[in-house]
Amino acid sequence: MKSRPTQRVPDASAIRVAAIEGLRRITVKHLRRNIIMGLVAVGALITLATTLFQIVLGQPWGSSLAICFWLWFTVWSAMAAESFAEGRGKARASSLRGGREGLKARLLRGDKEYVVDAATLQPGDLIACSAGEVIPVDGEVVAGVAMIDESAITGESAPVLRSSGGDRSAVTGGTTIRSDSVTICVQSAVGHGFVDRLIALIEQANRQPTPNERALSIVLQALTAIFLVVVVTLPLLMWYAGVPANTTTGVVGLVALFVCLIPTTIGGLLPAIGIAGMDRLVARNVVALSGRAIEAAGDVDVLLLDKTGTITYGNRKASEIIPAAGKRHDEIARLAYLASIYDETPEGESIRHLVVDAYGPQEHPQQAADVPFSAHTRLSGIDLPASQSVTQIRKGAVDVIASQCEAAGNPVNEVLLTTASELARKGSTPLLISVDDLSVGLVELRDIVKPGIRDRFERMRQYGIRTVMITGDNPLTAATIAAEAGVDEYIAQARPEDKLERIRFEQVRGNLVAMIGDGTNDAPALAQADVGIAMVSGTQAAREAATMIDLDNDPTKILDVVDVGKELLRTRGALTTFSIANDVSKYVAILPAMFASMWPTLLPTSITEALNVLQLQTPESAILSAVIFNAIVIGLLLPLALRGNRDKGRRPEQMLRKNLLIYGLGGIVAPFPSIKLIDMLISLL
Amino acid sequence: MSDVLAILLFLAIVIGAAIPIGWWLNRILFQFPETGRLAKLDVSLSKLLTGKGHGSAQSVKAYLVALLVCNAVGLLLLFAVLMCQALWDSSLPSMPWYGALNIAVSFVTNTNWQWYSGEVTLSPWTQALGLTVQNFVSAASGIAVLAALTRTLAGRKDAGNLWNDMRRIILYILLPLSIAVAVVFVVQGVPQTFTAWLYGGSSPMGADIPVGPVASQVAIKQLGSNGGGFYGVNSAHPLENPTWITNALQQWGLLVIPAACVVAYGLALGRKKHAAAVLAAMSALFVTGALVMWASETQYGGMEGKDVRIGTTSSVIWAAATTAASNGSVNAMHSSLSPLAGFVTMANMITGEVIFGGVGAGMYGMTLYIILAVFLCGLMIGRTPEYLGIKLTAERMKPVLIGLLLPTLSILVLVATALLLPGARAVVSSSGPHALSEILYAVLSAVGNNGSAFAGLSAGGIEWTTITSIGMLVGRYGVIIPVLLFAHQISGTSVVPSNTVQFSTHGPLFVVVLIGTIVLIGVLTAAPMLVLGPVADHLLMGVGQ
Repeated sequence: MKSRPTQRVPDASAIRVAAIEGLRRITVKHLRRNIIMGLVAVGALITLATTLFQIVLGQPWGSSLAICFWLWFTVWSAMAAESFAEGRGKARASSLRGGREGLKARLLRGDKEYVVDAATLQPGDLIACSAGEVIPVDGEVVAGVAMIDESAITGESAPVLRSSGGDRSAVTGGTTIRSDSVTICVQSAVGHGFVDRLIALIEQANRQPTPNERALSIVLQALTAIFLVVVVTLPLLMWYAGVPANTTTGVVGLVALFVCLIPTTIGGLLPAIGIAGMDRLVARNVVALSGRAIEAAGDVDVLLLDKTGTITYGNRKASEIIPAAGKRHDEIARLAYLASIYDETPEGESIRHLVVDAYGPQEHPQQAADVPFSAHTRLSGIDLPASQSVTQIRKGAVDVIASQCEAAGNPVNEVLLTTASELARKGSTPLLISVDDLSVGLVELRDIVKPGIRDRFERMRQYGIRTVMITGDNPLTAATIAAEAGVDEYIAQARPEDKLERIRFEQVRGNLVAMIGDGTNDAPALAQADVGIAMVSGTQAAREAATMIDLDNDPTKILDVVDVGKELLRTRGALTTFSIANDVSKYVAILPAMFASMWPTLLPTSITEALNVLQLQTPESAILSAVIFNAIVIGLLLPLALRGNRDKGRRPEQMLRKNLLIYGLGGIVAPFPSIKLIDMLISLL
Repeated sequence: MSDVLAILLFLAIVIGAAIPIGWWLNRILFQFPETGRLAKLDVSLSKLLTGKGHGSAQSVKAYLVALLVCNAVGLLLLFAVLMCQALWDSSLPSMPWYGALNIAVSFVTNTNWQWYSGEVTLSPWTQALGLTVQNFVSAASGIAVLAALTRTLAGRKDAGNLWNDMRRIILYILLPLSIAVAVVFVVQGVPQTFTAWLYGGSSPMGADIPVGPVASQVAIKQLGSNGGGFYGVNSAHPLENPTWITNALQQWGLLVIPAACVVAYGLALGRKKHAAAVLAAMSALFVTGALVMWASETQYGGMEGKDVRIGTTSSVIWAAATTAASNGSVNAMHSSLSPLAGFVTMANMITGEVIFGGVGAGMYGMTLYIILAVFLCGLMIGRTPEYLGIKLTAERMKPVLIGLLLPTLSILVLVATALLLPGARAVVSSSGPHALSEILYAVLSAVGNNGSAFAGLSAGGIEWTTITSIGMLVGRYGVIIPVLLFAHQISGTSVVPSNTVQFSTHGPLFVVVLIGTIVLIGVLTAAPMLVLGPVADHLLMGVGQ
């Protein structure tokens, strides 16, 4: 389930389902929601009536019928595009819903246990759950500890620990208990839980237009209104300029001109773009609680990032072994390895990896006794039998080992101590290695910055987004990591409330802030942030406060979310520009055709020919070609609407220039050859 | 070639002068000194005029209401003066109410559409106290609206104070410039007198010639993008425009304050590069239009409708400038322009008068286009579009679109109305595409608050006075009210520091996009009209019909 966004090739059945659903949506209810398509449908009805009229009057009706067909095709394309986009979310939602039907629960009443239908559970009820059972509803662990498999919602296959009290008490309906048993206090009834909300969001049953979508709709509707008046007043102008009236062809021509002028491309694809944006997030395992949140992500000015987990792996790793003066590197590496053979902490593991990578597999000594790490001793190592040349190998905090060595009469070399404090200053953790209380070298443990994170921050910087790293480390360590990761600012020794303060500070200055978090501590900051992303493993409070939920628990997701938000806005801009730029060519194709067919008495043929810039075959085929182009372009651009206008690592200004060239200039130029081509095809038929 | 150079030289001189005037405009509108001689003078003048000191800050709505009241009172007063002028000068013909209302609307809306010949219809007193006063007030109103908009764009919550703005614009900008220009006119032989007629013997042409306070009215008609001449034929009249010096100065006056408004806008917002880009877009559109006109006139045009003293080049520059700047004064008859040149004059007006445009009005109209351009293209950078740090939300886009499209809408509706009214059709002097051009021109001129006429159309009847009155009012207040509603929407919004990547509002790309938006919107809304009118006219001329 944990999948990177893949280019999903639409299969034939999805297309067929969308095609049928598109037909079903040609209803007043659906068309009223999309004014532009509603008007196209009205135009199609007028054309249909005119065609019938022409048949009755015995006038030629072929081209009117063809135009009528293509107008309905336009409406259908838009409706099918919307349902195709929705179909992708539905598939995901049904996989979430799977296996949650008809669950039973063990209800606790006093000392008794009753088996009841999960659907009857009320908030506040206590239920028991043991290994192998599916937790029926969202709740909080009030007693016991259990390992829970949350892969159904997170895609994380390793079970997680849930226990009463603290940050780890929330359990989610639909997850499975792997071991042990717990008592759960029900927090939401079946159908109102977290997964149910996710399903509703993914299916987008109650999708509301986002702020930017509304602004764009206003622009599109205003343009549509003006085109309506242009087309309605046109017959008067034509009549006055001496164009003899030919009612029926005139009406069809006007309807065709109107439909071609209004921004049908963007009008038809606008819902699909928004749905697809949500879906692209779902494909990255992020669920946005509203479309507004995705858009806001595109507008973010400041990213607040926890160091641990987002910028670094969170665990310190051995990066270097530094022998004391006069010691050989391989010798000290071997000792560091020996000191760690029983050390199962990530640090110990990383030391073994480092040594194996450098010198190959190491032999394990016989009869070595483990000296485990404890918070009290702050060291670990092994004891070898007294028969060996060395008996005690230790690694640990510099001050602890140093004082042991000193007590034994072997003060640590000054140079080694200086190196150790230098390492500490630049943010690493030095471990001192001793053999029988004689210091022999250092291991440097470092916070490892995730590979590629620097490039991603660089890209954020190009967007004008500032990154702020939050860490509990001391300022020096923080500065080192910040420089290595390439963040713009950092807050060292941060307390939980610092996040909230920083968000307010930025917001007062008009900046939009995004942050990601999981703990209860984070809930106020998540709520305050313009875009707050909570981990699905996080506490109930954090999940309630957030505007997005990350199902993978991967803090770097925030960068993906910003990208998707920007793609969404860019796609809308590109298609709007394209749609409006297209109109020039449609005028060039349709106006001369309308005038030429009706103006033969006034204008000599030489002039109608001159006006027919594209040299289209007949006036009828010219109008039909423009209408066909207008209809099929919706389907042709659907892939762009679904996949979004990606930037492929370009700088924003370059991106803008490229988009203006493709969708602006291209939008003016491209239809000319296309319409000409369609016209040639029509003449072949 | 020398003609092309003349067009460019003309533009260079206009912009060269616009910079210091714009600097001064910025100072008196946005950085008015609080102490010093000018401040003292201003307070005492304010006390003299209103009995009070400086007005205090008004909200955008209060500012708008004050402006509408000011204009409405001006309209009623002017209407009254026009209806009553026969009381003190019985030699004048009595005027129908709709004619008087049309003149009043025309001058209050800074249009100066004239269905009459001023010299025989109005007394010198009416011209001086009625029309010239409104020439100042309407020009100042346009600049005041721009000032209020600019203040809110700069992040202020209030719009300033209308009465302060009006007083300062008139007294420290329009009046001094007009006086200086008028003095030059008088020196050059333009009449300035309250005598109504110069009789036979004493006049240079040996005929009875109407005269009056011509120089003073002509100065402000050019500077304030008013355009209403003293004489019916405007600056084609030898007494209104006697020498090459007056001709050059009047041409300069057409564009200089509109250009200065752009400069002041840039200075007030601290965005000089943005202002330069806007000026570049305006200049490019102006020069392109002028060159097409010049090419068309030298190839197809004759000297019909032109004054031999003035010649083709100057007539073309004037015609281009007067239609671009919503001025409407003429030194040649536009109906006699070759069809393509006529096309350019109409195209200039279709843009909603933003190619320099009217004083103040050009820049605030241009702001609407800029916002639309930024909205469409800004999305493509991947953020909610912003203009000068102000997010363009649905609520803010509404007034912008109304301001952009309401005038266009009224053009279409009024042209259709004119075509439907037999009384309106009857007064057109020709037929076919050229007649359509005449009707189009009249409506465009009214809605664009331009005021120039294509001639050939007698506009004094009740149909045309009503159509043009509605057109002028919608063209003026259908933009001013939405612009100030936008200002109201954004007033007090904190301006986002522009550390984020935005669609840049300067540089060549912005200029191209802005020009593209203006041309595209113009083409999309007006292509059918223009094809059926001037384009068909041009094609018919090609085949000798």
